[in-house]
Amino acid sequence: MDEARDRGAVAIDRDECKGCGLCVEACPPRVLRLSGELNHCGYHPAEYLGAGCTACGICYYVCPEPGGITVLRRQVA
Amino acid sequence: MASDTPAMAVVHGRSPIFYRRFDRKDDDQHQTHYCPGCGHGIVTKLLAEAIDTLGIQDRTILVSPVGCSVFGYEYLDVGNIQVAHGRGPAVATAVKRSRPDSIVVSYQGDGDLAAIGTAEIVHAANRGETVSVIFVNNAIYGMTGGQMAPTTLLGEKTTTTPRGRDPAVHGYPLKVCELLATLEAPVFLERVALGSNKQIMATGRALRRALENQVHGLGFSLVEVLSPCPTIWGLDPAEAQTFVRETMTRTFPLGNFRDRSASAVPQRLAVTVPDLGELPRILGLGPASGVDGASDTVAPASPVPTADHRIVVAGFGGQGVLLLGEFLAEAGLSAGYHVSWLPSYGPQMRSGTSNCHVRISAVPIDSPVVSRPNVLIALNEPALRKFLPSMEPGGLVLYNADSVPVDCAGSGAGITPIASTAIADRLGSAKVGNVVMLGALLEATGMLPDSALERALHRLVTRERWYELDRAALQAGRAAVRRMTAAPAEPSLAQDPAMG
Ligand SMILES: Cc1ncc(C[n+]2csc(CCOP(=O)(O)OP(=O)(O)O)c2C)c(N)n1
Ligand code: SF4
Ligand code: SF4
Ligand code: SF4
Repeated sequence: MDEARDRGAVAIDRDECKGCGLCVEACPPRVLRLSGELNHCGYHPAEYLGAGCTACGICYYVCPEPGGITVLRRQVA
Repeated sequence: MASDTPAMAVVHGRSPIFYRRFDRKDDDQHQTHYCPGCGHGIVTKLLAEAIDTLGIQDRTILVSPVGCSVFGYEYLDVGNIQVAHGRGPAVATAVKRSRPDSIVVSYQGDGDLAAIGTAEIVHAANRGETVSVIFVNNAIYGMTGGQMAPTTLLGEKTTTTPRGRDPAVHGYPLKVCELLATLEAPVFLERVALGSNKQIMATGRALRRALENQVHGLGFSLVEVLSPCPTIWGLDPAEAQTFVRETMTRTFPLGNFRDRSASAVPQRLAVTVPDLGELPRILGLGPASGVDGASDTVAPASPVPTADHRIVVAGFGGQGVLLLGEFLAEAGLSAGYHVSWLPSYGPQMRSGTSNCHVRISAVPIDSPVVSRPNVLIALNEPALRKFLPSMEPGGLVLYNADSVPVDCAGSGAGITPIASTAIADRLGSAKVGNVVMLGALLEATGMLPDSALERALHRLVTRERWYELDRAALQAGRAAVRRMTAAPAEPSLAQDPAMG
């Protein structure tokens, strides 16, 4: 995995997520997808593929929910 | 998950401007009530971020509209008001003018702003009110299920344009930014959209500009946001985003329509809004100039700091009800109080009952409406019966008759019968019965000094003959009260409910 492209990660609050998919469409490296499972509201929540996030923050801004997505960045020591 | 890893730091997360929990919901107290993919959620988030960036949470007041965004106050931990449909700009004006240091945001949908609230937005913009308007244009009435809005695109099908919007029948999409750009006053007008990542980021910047302008006191700013409503449009959220980007922007071109933030002069709101106490002077209601002008030089007496007289005067038309109220207000003013006088105009003005509300207060008056009087002057029996139930316990009632109706005497208010019409008749004119009551009130309460009354008479009574008669009536009213208090056993003066 490319070092630079792996400097971030996202945490998705699967119960707050409404499965709108805007983050999935927006993510430049396309490292998000909608889960096959349903959350307790009955939506397919977004999930992180686990690698490749650049911490660009775009998914955070397109998400209509206040805390649906948290974007994290790896601290460079 | 990742947050457990100490080497990861949050770079974008839930804004602290949001309440930690949204209390209106029983469960899912982190979720908004918006549909999946709704633009309102994105705009609210961008607004939260702008408030946070500018450090204005403690002085922001959000005016939420009627529409899908009606619950704005449930989400943002700022000052919050929710207003009637379309009235946001009017309320925002009032809030800003009375609290010039606040940052006032009127959040509105296109039904709210461009249909029912068209007058409010045009005039607030034209006055150059120092407020920030966020105009969320989704080209439809979302909350009520998809009726045509003035912003609906030509050909667009809605529940009220089932064959599509036809300009010959429904007119053309209303372009709010273009319309407001014809006005001189607005400082900042920009149309942005939520149709792509880039557009969303630009929307964030525009919202920040609109707030920043207000922080700098620069006058009216409006940001129009083209916003998806996937539910009513019948599109999935990604398609709705595409529709905003590719279709809506053809009718509503993006861009800046006004930016005078570099040249605009900061508004000195704190200076332009007078203190309530200055109003009498500004309105030219200074010391009275009356029949002989002699009283002009009398210095106002010092007001009683706790004074809060809430007076209802009622009777039938022709008894001088409104004038009695005016005397009181005028005298109160000249004694240095804050006063209000609210006459009741209506179909009952002729022949029926007539009334007015008067407030005389040591502090600025919040409302001229007296819903719980502590003084009632009832010039006839229907007036007594109508207003007695609203009296504050222990209040004073002066009633124009020889005695009090038996069933009213136990009301808890002290009812003093003063046969003012009869007394006035003996003085030569029943018309001065109201002034007899005025004299009685002053004698019973001492609420206003003689000098203030003198000035009020001078000001309001311009004919010598009436002036003399009124002075006699005042004295007669005072004498009537003195006679009553000299005879405390008089049953009709009873304060004790048991005596009713
Ligand atoms: C005085 C009044 N008239 C009509 C309504 C009904 N009403 C509620 S919301 C709405 C339109 C909302 O549309 P918009 O402002 O575009 O907001 P959206 O829901 O699309 O965000 C209307 C007409 C009302 N609540 N009050
Ligand atoms: S931060 Fe950027 S790269 Fe990471 S998931 Fe979100 S959109 Fe994709
Ligand atoms: S944008 Fe937000 S609500 Fe929509 S799928 Fe992604 S995380 Fe869920
Ligand atoms: S109806 Fe439209 S505007 Fe209202 S919450 Fe749903 S998507 Fe948003």
